[in-house]
Amino acid sequence: MENLIALLIAAPLLGAAVLLCGGRRLDAVGHWLGTLLAGLSFVLGVVLFTDMLGKAAGQRAVTQHLFSWIPVAGFQADVTFRLDQLSMTFVLLITGVGSLIHLYSVGYMEHDERRRRFFGYLNLFLAAMLLLVLADNYLLLYVGWEGVGLASYLLIGFWQHKPSAATAAKKAFLVNRVGDMGLSIAIMLMFTTFGTFAFVPVLHSADSAGEGKLTAIGLMLLLAACGKSAQVPLQSWLGDAMEGPTPVSALIHAATMVTAGVYLIVRSGAIFNAAPDAQLVVTVVGAVTLLFGAIVGCAKDDIKKALAGSTMSQIGYMVLAAGLGPIGYIFAIMHLVTHGFFKAGLFLGAGSVMHGMNDEVDMRRYGGLRTYMPVTFVTFGLGYLAIIGFPGLSGFFSKDKIIEAAFAKGGAEGWILGGAALLGAAITAYYMTRVMIMTFFGEKRWQPDEQGNEPHPHESPGVMTIPMIVLAVGSVFAGGFFSIGDRFVHWLEPVTGHAEGNSPVSAMTVTVATLVLLVVGAGIAYAQYGRRPVLAVAPRGSLLTRAARRDLLQDDFNHVVLVRGGEHLTRSLVYVDHTLVDGVVNGTAASVGGLSGRLRRLQNGFARSYAVSMFGGAAVLVALTLLMRAV
Amino acid sequence: MSTAAVHSLWTTAADPISKFQAPKIEYGQLSPTLIVIGAALVGVLIEAFVPRKSRYYAQVFISVVALAAAFAAVVALAAGGYGTTKAHIAAMGALAVDGPSLFLQGTILLAGLLGVFTFAERRLDPEAHGNRVDSFAAQAASAPGSESEKAAVKAGFTTTEAFPLLLFAVGGMLVFPSANDLLTLFVALEVFSLPLYLLCALARRKRLMSQEASVKYFLLGAFASAFTLFGIALLYGYAGSVSYATIAQVVDGTVANVDPALANTMGNDALLLVGAAMIVMGLLFKVAAVPFHMWTPDVYQGAPTPVTGFMAAATKVAAFGALLRLLYVVLPGMRWDWRPVMWAVAIVTMLGGAIVAITQTDIKRLLAYSSIAHAGFILAGVIATTQNGVSSVLFYLAAYSFVTIGAFAVVTLVRDAGGEATHLSKWAGLGRRSPLAAAVFAVFLLAFAGIPLTSGFAGKFAVFKAAAEGGAIPLVVIGVISSAIAAFFYIRVIVLMFFSEPRPEGPTVAVPSPLTLTAIGVGVAVTLVLGVAPQYFLDLASQASVFVR
Repeated sequence: MENLIALLIAAPLLGAAVLLCGGRRLDAVGHWLGTLLAGLSFVLGVVLFTDMLGKAAGQRAVTQHLFSWIPVAGFQADVTFRLDQLSMTFVLLITGVGSLIHLYSVGYMEHDERRRRFFGYLNLFLAAMLLLVLADNYLLLYVGWEGVGLASYLLIGFWQHKPSAATAAKKAFLVNRVGDMGLSIAIMLMFTTFGTFAFVPVLHSADSAGEGKLTAIGLMLLLAACGKSAQVPLQSWLGDAMEGPTPVSALIHAATMVTAGVYLIVRSGAIFNAAPDAQLVVTVVGAVTLLFGAIVGCAKDDIKKALAGSTMSQIGYMVLAAGLGPIGYIFAIMHLVTHGFFKAGLFLGAGSVMHGMNDEVDMRRYGGLRTYMPVTFVTFGLGYLAIIGFPGLSGFFSKDKIIEAAFAKGGAEGWILGGAALLGAAITAYYMTRVMIMTFFGEKRWQPDEQGNEPHPHESPGVMTIPMIVLAVGSVFAGGFFSIGDRFVHWLEPVTGHAEGNSPVSAMTVTVATLVLLVVGAGIAYAQYGRRPVLAVAPRGSLLTRAARRDLLQDDFNHVVLVRGGEHLTRSLVYVDHTLVDGVVNGTAASVGGLSGRLRRLQNGFARSYAVSMFGGAAVLVALTLLMRAV
Repeated sequence: MSTAAVHSLWTTAADPISKFQAPKIEYGQLSPTLIVIGAALVGVLIEAFVPRKSRYYAQVFISVVALAAAFAAVVALAAGGYGTTKAHIAAMGALAVDGPSLFLQGTILLAGLLGVFTFAERRLDPEAHGNRVDSFAAQAASAPGSESEKAAVKAGFTTTEAFPLLLFAVGGMLVFPSANDLLTLFVALEVFSLPLYLLCALARRKRLMSQEASVKYFLLGAFASAFTLFGIALLYGYAGSVSYATIAQVVDGTVANVDPALANTMGNDALLLVGAAMIVMGLLFKVAAVPFHMWTPDVYQGAPTPVTGFMAAATKVAAFGALLRLLYVVLPGMRWDWRPVMWAVAIVTMLGGAIVAITQTDIKRLLAYSSIAHAGFILAGVIATTQNGVSSVLFYLAAYSFVTIGAFAVVTLVRDAGGEATHLSKWAGLGRRSPLAAAVFAVFLLAFAGIPLTSGFAGKFAVFKAAAEGGAIPLVVIGVISSAIAAFFYIRVIVLMFFSEPRPEGPTVAVPSPLTLTAIGVGVAVTLVLGVAPQYFLDLASQASVFVR
């Protein structure tokens, strides 16, 4: 059965190869082929899942060794896949949500003439992401890691004729590079510390390494996670990544790829467990990001950017939970899965709205859409309720657990982290309510675009609404299904380990506080946007609002500190290069050239001087030979 | 003189048959050389008896057939185990039939074959008076610019003697690396040198320059030969024999006294050292090592380009073969004397060739200096004094000769109104005008520079590895530095070809016949195959690297 693992990856990889190399003759069927292969991968995933359920909890992890990748003495890199409960969870999420989004894209990209290529890239993404979560060692994981980065780059810049999209793709690529450096350094450190980078030996012997080294590895892994998962300080690319087609935002920049950082941290749990300092930094990053993203999400008028801020914030929750150690790992993954459902659903809903509104993204030009797009309204609404943590829906269960776990960290840290998580919940309720009201309620505010086309909002076709409905079902029930009887905890415990937190506040208190804050947040939003008319042009706003609109000055910060600093560094390096290095190099070249010119004059064309030189040479040769004997 | 003594002299002289021992000649094992020399003699007869119109075809035919047959004979001998288990000394001790001999003979024969192809090229120059012409003068004996020259051109004469001359040269070169005594060595040296002197003088265009080159080559070659001969005499005085094996034994001290007549001089180390140095000097002249290299640029530039290509490749192979045998078979006992000297020669050769090449403005002179630098790299392998040293040198020579012939063949294609456009400034922008020719030349230049995936890299890596294993790390360091300097001027030509604006009245690339195309194609193919998958050929060279003693 474990021999099927490679097929999981092979199916979408084949799709990518066929679609990208197949040429125009596949234009007519390419999108269905891509969807079919994604679906096939999902079916395989389900087959493997049922097989796994049939085994005892301890025997569920299986591996498939494909071939030796780099068999060098002392450096063994294998292409081996590892399917355990953690990777199984991801496989189902990736292939399931991925298949739905493939289906949705069939409708969404209907009028795009490069649709075949789009599906090729989507399949490539699926293959790379599956490789990432199925890899049995960090080096192979790195291949998948780079693969999803590539797919993300290609898809963000898919509408490359727009300069903004091309720039956004480049930005995502460059920022991710910083994180990727972290991952490669972490892998090198692992190799020097443990002599291998396979999961099992590294993680089993993690305790034996010194804490300093483990902290270094952990921090480098965190840097990698920050890049891929858009955590502070490498968060700046995610907002711009919304330039990509909306299905891409849903799949890659909400449900799956951006959660790879959380996967990396949870997978490397043994390293972080033994490096408390690194863990603390992880929680701080998570807490800062969850507030950062939430604040940015409050100020954005672009529906996708508001959702992007929300994504950042929700992943902040996951990273926070992952940083808490065994008390948080499972809840991080649980929130990751439920978030995968509701955030993908929300993005697909946003895409559906844009689809009906001539690709308008400014929420100030929406309003009152609930009657025009009932299915989108209901599914988006369920996603909304899930994300704000409405009791009984998915987000309620998973987020609540994270907040509890944060308090359970104990001490002042626990109070600060728990407080941040609670505050985040309130802000989440605020910005999501704002999105909901501005889009679906209130007056119609849409206007003709530059060409004078009046939008005619309409419900999207079935291929688009069906995935939204399926995801909405997931958004409603997944959390409850996972939590009742601690199913998810028992499922993942053999891989990640689990410890019950010892919270200073009772679970009930946390739940109540969360609900109160939810009502407060949603209420403020209702007061601001529901009771009062929404202005077609955004008001100037407070200092914080203006800063949040500019993503809390992230780009300004990067520009001043990194770009300017980098420019200065480059300039001084160039100066050194020009004067010192080039001076030495050119000087050498000039002296060799001068020597050449001088020696060349010996070649004067006269046979007599050539003969003299030969004679002299022979004399020296003989003399040297004799001299050698004499010495 | 007493009557008895006179009688004894008479009877001895009158009864030769019973005392005469017929030499035992292994004709089969010497067949490669015999075929080539025989074909050369037939070529002379063709010149005498075949009508002028048909001579070209007859000569090309006989040359190609002879060289191919000789190569087949070499392959058959190698397959028959004469390179390894059955290796022995043939022809009464005159010639060694062993791995290095056969490997180098095969290389020389292939180089000769490609040389014949370039010699026979008759489509590059415009027709003169309705006759197709090759690179050779209409009538070598007529003075340049004279009436008789014009008459010869008008009559459609061609110097088809070039083909038998090439065959004679190849014949000498086949003997040179397998010569097993000093006299055979010297005879072979002269047999291949004299035809080359003549061939150098045969250029159709720029005849004065060609003749000047020939005279210089002849004078300096004779000068070098004199040294060699003197060295041979001194070694004979030292060992009482010209046989390699005997000299080696005397050097090692295993045989003390051979000839009572030489009792006063035998074993005198001064004779050995001076004699060995002088013979080696003659060989270093042929391989164009500094400071015996000064003929190279002038001769390479003046000689007809097909001759230059053939000579640059085959002479180097033959001469390094002879040098290897001399140093590894005759003089291993005094390697502590010659190694430091050869170190010095290798260093000045590598650096000198690379440095002076930088300021060259003529492509043929540039390639001449490049060949000097390569002689230095090969010397680094020679100095290793290990079996790996031998095999690396064999591989390097094979790789180098194909690159060289191919490169010079490309040079013959780039022409303007004055014939070949060899000035570098005329090559500017060639890549835009004739991308294929420029790309092919670029491949050869990269191979010369030793860039990976070309045969040059594999060869250079092999010799440097052998040298480093032989303890000559400083030599390898200097070799790498020289390679870096050399890379500059190779790459500069590539930059010139591809990244400069073409000159308005620049040269054009002539469309050659399949003959030159074959030479170039084989050159490129071997360069890439030896670069991408060198292991088979390295193994072959390694199998062939044991000298019979």
